[in-house]
Amino acid sequence: MATEKIRKNTVVEEGVEKQYTTLNLGPTHPATHGIFQNILKMDGEIIISAEPTIGYIHRAFEKLAERRPFYQITPITDRMNYCSSPINNMGWHMTVEKLLGLEMPKRVDYMRVIIMELARISDHIVCNSVIGVDSGALTGFVYMFQEREKIYEIYEEICGARLTTNIGRIGGFERDFNEKAWAKIHKFLKEFPDVLKEFENLLVRNRIFMDRTIDCGPITAEDALSYSFTGPNLRAAGVDYDVRVMNPYSSYEEFDFMIPVGTQGDTYDRFMVRQQEMWESLSIIHQAIDKLNKLEDKTTFHADVPEFYLPPKDEVYNTMEGLIWHFKIIMGETDIPKGEVYHCVEGGNGELGFYLVSDGGRTPYRLHLRRPCFIYYQAYPEMIKGSFLSDAILTMSSMNVIAGELDA
Amino acid sequence: MLTNRSKVVVDKQMSFVEKLYLPAIIGGLFITFKHFFRKKTTIKYPEVKRELSSVYRGQHVLKRDEQGRENCTACGLCAVACPAEAITMTAAERKPGEEKLYREEKYASVYEINMLRCIFCGLCEEACPKEAIFLTDRIVASDFERGGFIYGKDKLVEPVDNDKRIDLSGRLQAHRKLNS
Repeated sequence: MATEKIRKNTVVEEGVEKQYTTLNLGPTHPATHGIFQNILKMDGEIIISAEPTIGYIHRAFEKLAERRPFYQITPITDRMNYCSSPINNMGWHMTVEKLLGLEMPKRVDYMRVIIMELARISDHIVCNSVIGVDSGALTGFVYMFQEREKIYEIYEEICGARLTTNIGRIGGFERDFNEKAWAKIHKFLKEFPDVLKEFENLLVRNRIFMDRTIDCGPITAEDALSYSFTGPNLRAAGVDYDVRVMNPYSSYEEFDFMIPVGTQGDTYDRFMVRQQEMWESLSIIHQAIDKLNKLEDKTTFHADVPEFYLPPKDEVYNTMEGLIWHFKIIMGETDIPKGEVYHCVEGGNGELGFYLVSDGGRTPYRLHLRRPCFIYYQAYPEMIKGSFLSDAILTMSSMNVIAGELDA
Repeated sequence: MLTNRSKVVVDKQMSFVEKLYLPAIIGGLFITFKHFFRKKTTIKYPEVKRELSSVYRGQHVLKRDEQGRENCTACGLCAVACPAEAITMTAAERKPGEEKLYREEKYASVYEINMLRCIFCGLCEEACPKEAIFLTDRIVASDFERGGFIYGKDKLVEPVDNDKRIDLSGRLQAHRKLNS
């Protein structure tokens, strides 16, 4: 392969002359699903050591955010974990709302839960079907991606874009879900369980898949905790840590769902945990729709905060106050309190945290993004040491390391 | 265990039937075979196009009012709101005799959007206080040169002819819902 430059070096070990091979896996390798570089030292097909390089698509989001008003940072968060960008958007909105001390109406909370769980499903669809692809089962991938398409159509109906969503605003949503969006959500909820079941029939109890993934890239619970793993990768190791339960946001405490956990933290565990989480997410969406139907309030889609949420356009065109608020918000001249907040959400692949320091100016003084992929990637060389090259590929795809989030 | 909600979902012990390779292969083949007879989900793209939603964020348009005058007054709010810094404009004063061209005394003599910088977030549309700029459900065409992606007023402003205007009724309806 063109990207794999091979250099040879010789090592004498216990009196035997050995030849190690240095192999460049990446930066642009079709099997790594992103811009990752790993310089592998190999003994035959066994990996002796790995040296990852990060930063190939570093876009300095934290620095960029220091020059943008708060509402302009949402499109930046889209580009972190682009498989589940609504979760990033909502996480950012909630961070700013925490700083501003805004209280969201229940309806907004439930709508956010629906969008976030849809995003989680689409994230897990990508990860799990790609585990299938990397282990040699392309078919399930094709079937599952049809369902991801339906989720993207729901986003499109609500916010107008499919991948880089920029959905929601600080203080609520930009518009209410229309009938078409609701119809698409209900259609998805009706059709998705069958497809997911079919996907499980293809892979879950298939001996070929089980032999391939069991004991592939394992990590113990202790190691995972000391690397500060979160999300499905930690749960696969057997620790039931879930931000939605431990530190609820957006009314998650009202929802009833299980935390699926694995036992060994290998690829099969990670696959199964994600698979079960999709079922839990479906049940959460059903509960959220029930709660929305029970609410008396059927129209609110944003909090009543004229200082931070743009006024309706009729007011902008026709009233002086509306126009003044409109200009103040767009130009970032609203009063932002001083202070620092940390808010975390359960992202598609772990705890996605926003640490925001505000000095009262129009932009954040400092924003730190706690990106789960960055943390998983630190443990990656440790996890693939002593395994085969093909297992390294499978381990990376099962950890769901997304290049955009790793480098931010 | 941190909570009482955890549930182990992995069972790595295979039963006798599962240990045989053949049932899994036949079962998998049966599933894929069933898909031969399903309705196709693909669409033949250039001939058949997928219907985009009414609020789709595609190529921009600079609107005219009912009398064909440009709405934009070059206030610059869209350029301020743009996170990608893709919009530039130069303002000019309306001369006597140009009342049929521009709605107000000030207008944009140059208005450019760099479509390679634009991230189609829709914040310019949200920022516009004059109902002038909108994103539409048109896709920006590809080009061979970078220069071709800097869209000036010739490409952005909609035609004067009533039958060539860009229809935004679905979008405006969604916006009005946003406003009410």
